[in-house]
Amino acid sequence: MKGRISRKFRELAKKGGKAFIPYIMTGHPTLSRTRELVSILEESGADIIELGVPFSDPLADGPTIQQAALTALGQGVTLAGVIEFVRDLRKTTQIPLILMTYYNPVFKYGEERFVQDATAAGVDGVIIPDLPPDEAATLIKQGRRHGLDTIFLLAPTSNQKRIGLVTKAATGFLYYVSITGITGSNLTMDAGIGSRIAQIKENCSIPVAVGFGISSPEEAAAVARFADGVIVGSAVVKKAGGPDAELRNYLGSLRRAIR
Amino acid sequence: MKKDRDFLKELSLLQETYVGRPTPLYYARRLTEQLGGARVYLKREDLAHTGAHKINNALGQALLAKKMGKKRLIAETGAGQHGVATATGAAFTGLACDIYMGTDDTVRQSLNVFRMKLLGARVIEVPTGSRTLKDAINEAMRDWTANVGTTHYVLGTAFGPHPFPEIVRDFQSVIGREAKKQILKAEGRLPDCLIACVGGGSNAIGLFHEFLDEPGVQMVGVEAGGKGIETGEHAARFAGGSVGVLQGTKSYLLQDDNGNVLGTHSVSAGLDYASVGPEHAFLKDSGRVRYTYADDREALEAFELLSRTEGIIPALESAHAIAELAKYAPGLSKDKIIIVNLSGRGDKDVEHVARIKGMQP
Repeated sequence: MKGRISRKFRELAKKGGKAFIPYIMTGHPTLSRTRELVSILEESGADIIELGVPFSDPLADGPTIQQAALTALGQGVTLAGVIEFVRDLRKTTQIPLILMTYYNPVFKYGEERFVQDATAAGVDGVIIPDLPPDEAATLIKQGRRHGLDTIFLLAPTSNQKRIGLVTKAATGFLYYVSITGITGSNLTMDAGIGSRIAQIKENCSIPVAVGFGISSPEEAAAVARFADGVIVGSAVVKKAGGPDAELRNYLGSLRRAIR
Repeated sequence: MKKDRDFLKELSLLQETYVGRPTPLYYARRLTEQLGGARVYLKREDLAHTGAHKINNALGQALLAKKMGKKRLIAETGAGQHGVATATGAAFTGLACDIYMGTDDTVRQSLNVFRMKLLGARVIEVPTGSRTLKDAINEAMRDWTANVGTTHYVLGTAFGPHPFPEIVRDFQSVIGREAKKQILKAEGRLPDCLIACVGGGSNAIGLFHEFLDEPGVQMVGVEAGGKGIETGEHAARFAGGSVGVLQGTKSYLLQDDNGNVLGTHSVSAGLDYASVGPEHAFLKDSGRVRYTYADDREALEAFELLSRTEGIIPALESAHAIAELAKYAPGLSKDKIIIVNLSGRGDKDVEHVARIKGMQP
């Protein structure tokens, strides 16, 4: 696949670098602030940006992203609205953009139409935490056809069979969930994480990025030793409404840590 | 485990000696006379230990969890009946127990909150979202994601990701198996119609399952009409919803045009839920079961009707099934037979109903 995401990882691999992938919730605290945040993230060295799509029942998310989703829903942000937002962003940036959404908004929108509209608007990939690849035949097929990366998740509890299934279905990169838990939890780095990621990498040809529970530069640095990319969500969302200088400082420290 | 003879033997003995099964199938003579139509039988799940059918599933899953070597049970609860049943299963098996319950539900079912605590469970209030059953499930699933190594999630209804709808149905189908034997003994023939309320749908599928291949037996599932479908304040997923995916389940769902889940309302906490068990969606689409709804007012009238004619105070959930019975039975001839699943007893609702009627309990 020749999408922006794969190109970015190849470019990083050549320099021996690792991807810094921050997450923000679209429409939190407002849509215009989200637009500013995209610029700040890019200027601070983000390689790929995950844009959250607000949903009423975000099962995989902790309190920070739940609250951000609620705020965004209150602003009237919808999946269609996020796609429009990306179309507008593409006038000014070429950074790889991934939507992180729950399945029901996509199902309601229509999977085929979603893939067409999202790619036409400039979305590069999609993560749907409540859609396992077993149930994603349509999305995968349409994604391949239109060039939308389908990024699936693996967890510490995934067995060999699941790893095989997920690596086959995923394009762009594989999302390894660092902990058994929800977003914004405390990271408990056990000794096994390195070997589990190594085991996954043996089975797949695409990069592996790690997320959930990573908030400090130290944690990001530790994870980057094993992974091709580091995803930071709740911790960035928490600072999104605060002063810019503080946010830029924090992002800079993450950027330096992920190498 | 489904075919493990020792497990089934243990379960069967406990159903008899601990739960009090078989629950009676009771001919409701005065209610039959008052309605003036079909003969009415009540399947008395309200007489099961802890006061509702929920114990059938909760005890079964608690035993499963023990066998799997889990140390802790978690569950969601709406009306509190499943929470009480799970807390009971946990006490019985010696497992730790945390119950998630929406803040609104802890208020309207405060008696059950106290019962759960008395049984040694911790009740964790869920103040997010609609502060009812849906949000309690979200929170229980989040807990389970983090603690899956040590904890079993006792989902209380025939909903959720596979294999929960099947596990719950299998544990609840004892209701229909008993009812079939009992009605054959009492009347020498199968019933003409079965009626049950449908929240997630576990008591209904428990009664219906054994009869699905009997073409002569009609079935009616009764959802919560709340303040009326046109007001938007209801939990009638079939009447007012469309197909969607929530909490790992594809089924009928109350949602807006953008796929966000809508708030629900019912006088009964146990029916106050935005989606419905996937097997019910299948039975609706295949036409095998007719789904309808009773609104809050009809349910409250039925609550009093059964109390006064039979001396049985039904749970507000079950009162929805009685409300449909009161509409449907009078139009049938006197040789017809209806079985209503009286899924729970109404003690937990007495305070709530008194408040609605402006009386001090």
